[in-house]
Amino acid sequence: MPKRGIIASLLTAVGLVLLLSFKTPSETVPPSGTNAALRRPAVAPTPPDATPTPGSRSTTTPEATPTPAPQTANRTLTGPVIPTRYGDVQLQVTLSNGKITDVIPLELPNDLQRSAYISSVAGPLLREEALQAQSAQIDVLSGATYTSEAYAESLQAVLDQTHG
Amino acid sequence: MADPTTTARQPFRLVRVERIMGTAISVDLRDSSIIMSGVEDAFAYLRGVDERFSPYRSDSEINRLGRGEMELAECSLDVRQVLALCERLRVTTGGYFDAGAYGSNGLLDPTGVVKGWAAEQAGWMLDAAGARNFVINAGGDVVVRGRPEAGRRWRVGIRHPRQRDKVATVLEIGDGAVATSGNYERGAHIHQPWTGRPAADLLSLTVTGPSLTYADAYATAAFAMGSDGPAWVARQPGYGAFAVTLDHRAVWTPVAWDVRAA
Repeated sequence: MPKRGIIASLLTAVGLVLLLSFKTPSETVPPSGTNAALRRPAVAPTPPDATPTPGSRSTTTPEATPTPAPQTANRTLTGPVIPTRYGDVQLQVTLSNGKITDVIPLELPNDLQRSAYISSVAGPLLREEALQAQSAQIDVLSGATYTSEAYAESLQAVLDQTHG
Repeated sequence: MADPTTTARQPFRLVRVERIMGTAISVDLRDSSIIMSGVEDAFAYLRGVDERFSPYRSDSEINRLGRGEMELAECSLDVRQVLALCERLRVTTGGYFDAGAYGSNGLLDPTGVVKGWAAEQAGWMLDAAGARNFVINAGGDVVVRGRPEAGRRWRVGIRHPRQRDKVATVLEIGDGAVATSGNYERGAHIHQPWTGRPAADLLSLTVTGPSLTYADAYATAAFAMGSDGPAWVARQPGYGAFAVTLDHRAVWTPVAWDVRAA
């Protein structure tokens, strides 16, 4: 199956990119309470269509297996578990019209190194999410610095006036 | 958000907003049992920082230092600390955060770091007054402590870069900081240090992490880096990024520290 071969080598390439760009194994993050937080958010705030749920860790599969692809051009593939000197690596890749649109690490060496590890692919392989505005129940608003004039019309001003 | 029909006793909430440093700084405090002068002290401190650092006041320490009317050794501890911090950040960010390059008239301009740094100091002052549950929003850069009420975390909306009344995403934060850079509020004020051209790869970039001082400076630097910015932030231990690209895609790095996507 040529397609499967392409995918397999793709995953290998991704794995290689991961390994090669992982230059700072000594880099650590503060250990307190980061384990769960370091992973990509379990629930995306605005779930995009046909992207996999990162929280659902699939069990190890021996090789790249396309999940049942519906009519859409999006496909999710789970790569094999690749043993590396840092530990096991397993990736899940979403393809849209033959292009990688998302890479989710299902298995990465250890939690302390995870941040640095994933960051090396976070740049080129971006996750697409529908940026649907929502009337979320928020307490505070972060944004580019507003002027004191612009504050009056900002959502933050509304939040500040909504006294409990 | 409070439901006006609710008759149950509302939990304590104190909100105070002041216009300082050319923006609005809000404190939203949920502890009833703190030393209340702490809030006043924090705002007095922020006004004092504005006086010392403002590039718009000709008698500010930073302008007098720039004109050579003052020696560094004569400056307040705040000014010396911030200038040392600027130098450290210039090195850490590979030159993308540069107080020397950002200033007009060749004067130093540490304003890129002062607001986040000052808000963080104000946070420590509230902490010293016994506050454990509050947010400080310094013009869009946020210090988060504790919880808004029992059983839930603070929900920090990230402003949608194209729609002022919408949010692009929501983060739930325990103790930490959120800072966002973008060119949508005050025009193209962030430039690439090497080319001098306005940073134009992203619509906005948000940094989360333990310290607002660093989150703020990292957001500025990473926004100038453009599409390489988010990955750079993720390499800073404890910090994570959320960016919105020109074509309205959301880019996440692993969220770090006491943060999770809502």
